[in-house]
Parts: sequence; C-alpha cells; structure tokens
Amino acid sequence: MKTEDSWRRKDLLTIEDLSLQELEIIFQTASSFKKTLGRTQKKLPSLRGKTIVNLFMEPSTRTRIAFEIAAKRLSADVVSVMGDASSLVKGETLKDTARNVVALNADVLVIRHSAAGSPYYLSRIVDIPVINAGDGSHEHPTQALLDCFTLRERWEGDFSNKKITILGDILFSRVARSNIWALKKLGAKVTLVGPSTLVPESFSCLGVEVSHNLKEALADADAVMLLRIQHERQTSTHFPSLGEYTSMFGLNQARASWLKPGALIMHPGPINRGVEIDSVLADSEHSVILTQVTNGIVCRMAVLLLCSNANITTPSPETI
Amino acid sequence: MSGSLRITRGRIIDPYNDRDEEGDIYVLNGQIVSKLTRSEEKTVETIDATGLVVCPGLVDIHVHLREPGETYKETIASGTRAAAAGGFTTIVCMPNTAPPADNAGTIQYIHDTVRRDAVVNVLPTGCITVGMRGETLAPIGSLKRAGVIAITDDGFCVQNNEIMRRALEYAHMFDLPLLDHCQDYNLTEEAVINEGEWSLRLGLRGWPNAAEDIIVSRNIILSSYSGAHIHLQHITSAYAIDLIKRAKQRGIKITAEATPHHISLTEADLNTYNTNFKMNPPLRTKQDQEALISALMEGTIDCIGTDHAPHTDYEKDKEFDYAPNGIVGLETAFSVSFRSLVEGGHCDLSFLISLLTYKPSKILSIERGTLSPGSAADITLLNPKEDWICKPDTLQSISKNSPWLGQILPGRIMCTIVGGKVIWDGEKILPSSGLV
Repeated sequence: MKTEDSWRRKDLLTIEDLSLQELEIIFQTASSFKKTLGRTQKKLPSLRGKTIVNLFMEPSTRTRIAFEIAAKRLSADVVSVMGDASSLVKGETLKDTARNVVALNADVLVIRHSAAGSPYYLSRIVDIPVINAGDGSHEHPTQALLDCFTLRERWEGDFSNKKITILGDILFSRVARSNIWALKKLGAKVTLVGPSTLVPESFSCLGVEVSHNLKEALADADAVMLLRIQHERQTSTHFPSLGEYTSMFGLNQARASWLKPGALIMHPGPINRGVEIDSVLADSEHSVILTQVTNGIVCRMAVLLLCSNANITTPSPETI
Repeated sequence: MSGSLRITRGRIIDPYNDRDEEGDIYVLNGQIVSKLTRSEEKTVETIDATGLVVCPGLVDIHVHLREPGETYKETIASGTRAAAAGGFTTIVCMPNTAPPADNAGTIQYIHDTVRRDAVVNVLPTGCITVGMRGETLAPIGSLKRAGVIAITDDGFCVQNNEIMRRALEYAHMFDLPLLDHCQDYNLTEEAVINEGEWSLRLGLRGWPNAAEDIIVSRNIILSSYSGAHIHLQHITSAYAIDLIKRAKQRGIKITAEATPHHISLTEADLNTYNTNFKMNPPLRTKQDQEALISALMEGTIDCIGTDHAPHTDYEKDKEFDYAPNGIVGLETAFSVSFRSLVEGGHCDLSFLISLLTYKPSKILSIERGTLSPGSAADITLLNPKEDWICKPDTLQSISKNSPWLGQILPGRIMCTIVGGKVIWDGEKILPSSGLV
C-alpha cells in the first residue's frame, strides 16, 4: 500500500494535470483490483460507510453504471442523481445542488456535465473529492485511464515506439483530449485523423500529429481509437452526412488491413455499427471494446479509493 | 456652481494643448480660466497637487449603466460613482437596458434619472433597431431630438446588411455616429472564448477572429458607400486592425476603440475557467494583443473605452458556458492601461491620457477632455507612483466582476472634479456632490 500513501490528490479533474507517476499509481491500484474480479465474492471493504453521489447532468449509461458498480465493489453506498430529475430543472444552480449534496453528508462527488470546466468549478466549492466523469468537450479522465490501462495490459506496460491513431470527431471529444494527454505522458505517439472540420490543424499545438489522410494515419498504427460522431455537440453541420462520413472515414475491413498486424481496435462506446465502425470489426478478435468496459470498473475503483483516501494532510515536522 | 478653485503645484498634463509642465489650474463658476482676479482669489479654495498629475477628466465612450431595468447589477447612481472613482468625468451609456433605449421616452427617463442621481456627466445613446433585434429601424430622429449622441445596438450586431446600410444613411442625415459591436453570429454560435489553442485545451466553443474581421470589413464598405461615420467598438483582431488601417488611409470615416482588458489580458488567462475573464469579444492571443497595442500607438485605434459591463456575483458564479459576458472596468481602466502601456514601455503618460480624454471625446464630438480655458472644469488628479489594491468592498460599482480582484494595481485616482466640484477625494464620493 506504499503507492497509495504517495497519492495526494483529492480530486480527479483532468489527465492534463497528472504526472506519469500518478498515472502509474492508478494503474497499479487498478491492477490489484482486477485480480479480485474473478472471485465469487467480489466486494472489498475499502470504502465501507462512505457515500458516493453520482451527479449526472448529461445522459450516460456506461460511465454511470461503471461508477456505481465500482463504488459498490468497494462497499460504498452510492446514489445517482440525473440532471432531469434534480432540482436544476427547478432553477437551482449547480453550486447550490453541490452544496446540498455535501450537506446530505456525501463523501465523494462524481460529476458528469455538458459544460466544460464544471468539475473544476465544483472542486473550488466543496471540500469533498470531486471526480470528473466527463465535462463537455474538455476531459473524460476515467475513460482515458481505462483506455490506457487496457493498452498497458496488452503491451505489458511498454508504450515506447507505439503509435495510436484517434479517428473521428476530435473537436468535440473529451475522450480524445484526455487520451492525448495520457498517451503522451506514457511515451506513445499520437495521430489524430478525421474530417478537417472535426480535426483542425490547430490540435498540433498539443504535440500530436494531425492528418486528414486515413491511409497514412492508420499505417503502422499499433492501436486505433474510434470516436462516435457527436450529433448533440455540433451546432452546425461539420460534414455533409453520416453516409459520407462512413464512406470517407468509417473503419471497415479493407482499411483495417492498413493497421499493423495485431493492432487493437478501441471504442469508448456507444458504438454506431455501420457508421464509424464496420459491424464485423466491432466483434473481431482485434476489438478490445468490451475489455475496455470491464477495465472501466477497476480503474474507477482505483480512482474512488485513491481520491477518498488522499493523503493531503500536511506532514508533521517530525516525519519530514 | 459658483466659486473659485485653484489647483497648485501639480504636473499639468493636457495632451490636447500639448502641455506637460508644472503649474496651477484655475476654476471659476465651473469653468477653467487662465487666471483669477484679485477679488476672486480672496475666496479661492486651494487644492495642493504637489506630486500629482493634473489632467482633464477622463472620458469613456463605452459604459453599461444597466438602468432602467437591471438595477441589481448597476444603477446610474452607482455606475457614475464608479466612474468618478476611476477618474472619469464624462461617460457614454449604452442602450441595452430593459427596456432598451429604442424610444424617446426611455431616453427621457435616463435624462431625468441622471439629473437626480448621477455624479458625473452622462451622455446616452439610442438603439439602431427596435428592441436591438436587428429587424426594423428604431425612431432615430426622435432619439436624436431626445438627446442621444450616437446610435448602437451594442451587445448585438445588426446582421442584415440592408438594415445596416439604411440605418447608416438615415443616421447620417442627423449627423449621428453609429457605434458597432462587430460580430458575425453564424460564426460564433454558442462561442464562449477565443477560437485557438485555449478553446481546444479547455474544450470550450471558440469565437474566431474571422467573425470580427468580416463585420469590420462590412462596416468599412458601408461607411465608404454612405459617407457615414462608424465607430468600431472593442476591436481585438490583428486582421481587423489591418483593415481599419487601410480604410483610414483611404479617408473612410472609421474610428475604433480598444478596451483595457484586451490590451492587458490574453486567452491564456482563462486556464482556470474563471468567469471574470469571460467577455465578448473574448480575450485573444498574444499576437492579437501586440497588434492592438501597436495600433493604439500609431493611431489606427483611436482611443480606450472600458465596456464597463456589470454582472452580479450570482450571475457570474456559474459553469463557464452559462455565465454572462462582461466585466466592470471603470475603476481599474486607468491603472490597468497605465501598467500595460506606460510601465510596459509603449508610450508616456501624456499619450495614455490622450487615449482617455480628448481622443474619445473627438470621436463623438463631445466638448470635453481638455484643460483649455473656457471649457468645463472636469479635472482628474492622479498619482502614477501610488499603488492600490482592487478589493470588492472598496469598488463603487454594485457588481464586482473584475478580473483584477485582489491585485495590486499602479496609479491611483486621487481626486475627481466635475464642473468645478470635487466628487471623489481618493477614498470616497463626497456627500457635498449634492446627491444622496
């Protein structure tokens, strides 16, 4: 448990802020949880007596369920509040909702929100840990953690000389942003590809390759991460039609052959079969889409545990 | 106000008259005079300005006073007190009130309230279009008769070029300048910050420079065709500045302003999603800022205007996407501009004062901003060597949405005189300003 002692962060707001060492602590903690998954008795007592509130102001299935299961596996009590069922529809501000959640004695706040920066904003309002479960187009830290955890398992921790291509709607994607930060910290090369309207050149300021040529971007990639086209975030049409998107950038078997042999196909879900991914590929041996979902539980268990037990008290003079 | 006043031993900076020297300023019956007679001197009140700069009262042609209708944010009383505390003696207020100042009755209401509550000179503007909806022309002739000095839909930008063209031609008949907030809405749907590195990093929707550049060029073209004067509000984009420069070279009647925040802050200051840095147009890049400062120095941009835009704490204390645009600026304008332009080595104090006095006055033909004998005795005393701390509880504005809260700022306004009467003494608004 030495690694846990060196975790000093009560909130998980972004991947951008994390150090490589912090990423490693999360992965090691998640790894130890993964060993418990096969047991018939899956519950661990680590967070017994704690209350975790999932405040989901935006629709989510996978992330919310994974957070709920992660909390329950750690024996915490968990309450999920959906945006349309909360007092926000009655005009209450997010600030007041969060303060009420704290007043109800919650120990951890997990927040999903359509407005970028909301978890950061909440972390300055409440004292309890705030976990970002996706904020607008900004970050989705636990998704990047589970994605990289999945790659790390497959590649035995070695990201050097690995090329990961992220394909799709990057502009509006929090998954892409968090993965860019995480993969770069781990030492991998990242290439972004998709229509020029959704993958603007300006992304190169983040230290990644930007391409609009699918063949070049997929060539020699060790893994490809597909992203869903997010209709709900686009105020205007960024490309002519889903059909044209599929014909230009959809991943099919012919295009998958450009990848390195044995390359992994990833997707954060929900997948749209026949749009960004060919149905056969989604179910192929190269797909790790369901492994990602399973790993989502152990990574979120790690984050909940580490942030709940963050060693943020200032060390006393004797111990320095 | 009758009575005489002598301001002695100050450093008089009066850029309009090319004056920067130690000396005395005399005031009689609310006007600046070159000297007092012996009998007038007997009853003279003297202000010792040793170590202080004595300059014309500052003029801000871009202020939101929020009255009528949004008096929880600001009132004519509180906004003009903020102006006085910031050294401003004349301000031009924008018509985006509730109801909007798109009719003579609302202008009359503003005049009446100003007479009752204001501590500095307030000059109202009227709307270009009814309800600032950009669809039908407001009664511009009646607005002129009611006393507006310009028309503007500030905060909104007329998108329809036909309406803009007719508004310009019509207002030109009354010699009314048009002030425009340059923003193409199709390019800025849901945009909350500059489009660039920081919009990508923060995952916020970007407001591209092109949205400003396109409307600036539209305005230049329409001004050129009609011969009417358009003043471009709060310019931020390097490309737009280049367009303005070339338009001026061709003799087109275009003027422009820059805000203290755009010359002092950039998009990188948004890294913590602080909504007190959210404004429209948004903070831009370092390169845009450098172009803006150069343009101010060479005269492509004519003056500084604050775009003082009060919002309450509970309106600003929200998710970034949901917070309103705008910051208060009257009380920090001099200090912030002084730090960026004078301490930043771009110009001397006299030039900065020109950007805040006779240059904005000239744009709207306001007879203020000089210390010429015979002009109104609107005078500001400031100490460029004294620092102060920007604290919410000492700001005169009802709203405290300033990005400089808690900061030590250079250059303090020591005294503000309007029509020969001391309104601000460096710490408080004087009750003798005759207003409760």
